[in-house]
Amino acid sequence: MLFFSFFKTLVNHEVTVELKNDISIRGTLKSVDQYLNIKLDDISVVEEMKYPHLSSVKNVFIRGSVVRYVHLPAAAVDTPLLEDATRREASQAVAKAKQG
Amino acid sequence: MAEAEDAGANPVNEPLDLVRLSLNEVVFVKLRGDRELQGRLHAYDSHCNLVLGDVTETIYMVDEEDEGEDVRTVKKQSEMLFVRGDSVVLISPQQ
Repeated sequence: MLFFSFFKTLVNHEVTVELKNDISIRGTLKSVDQYLNIKLDDISVVEEMKYPHLSSVKNVFIRGSVVRYVHLPAAAVDTPLLEDATRREASQAVAKAKQG
Repeated sequence: MAEAEDAGANPVNEPLDLVRLSLNEVVFVKLRGDRELQGRLHAYDSHCNLVLGDVTETIYMVDEEDEGEDVRTVKKQSEMLFVRGDSVVLISPQQ
């Protein structure tokens, strides 16, 4: 749930999604879901000469499982907040494991 | 019941606790596909999804030439990077 919430804070920011087949797609993050599927608008393919088959596509849905990286704008990320949220999620996971 | 021992007071009981202690520290991450990352850890979850800052990515590429194989490394920089957990092989604290 942590990364789902995190990506929701990045909606309308420019990101570059690098897929497991090495294609990198840059675009505006429009939406994200619990599987970290991603919708991008106004896309452009990095190294377009190498991957010309996407040159006419304007927006895409990317299945979460094919994502390797998402390059983010550092200015849009509050790192202390993110670390606190991570600690909170980690302690919740520990509490859940003890109950289960 | 778990209130008494929040994560901050917990020692290393389970593997991911080691990763928790590396928050805001530089870590080394080995990935599938002959890739390695070095960067400051800002977030992780139980799937090993990560967010790293000031990342150096090293990709090992093998050029198969007529005589033997040549290993080439490509380095890339990224200011802030989300890494999907299913590519992660190991996470190690860097001294």
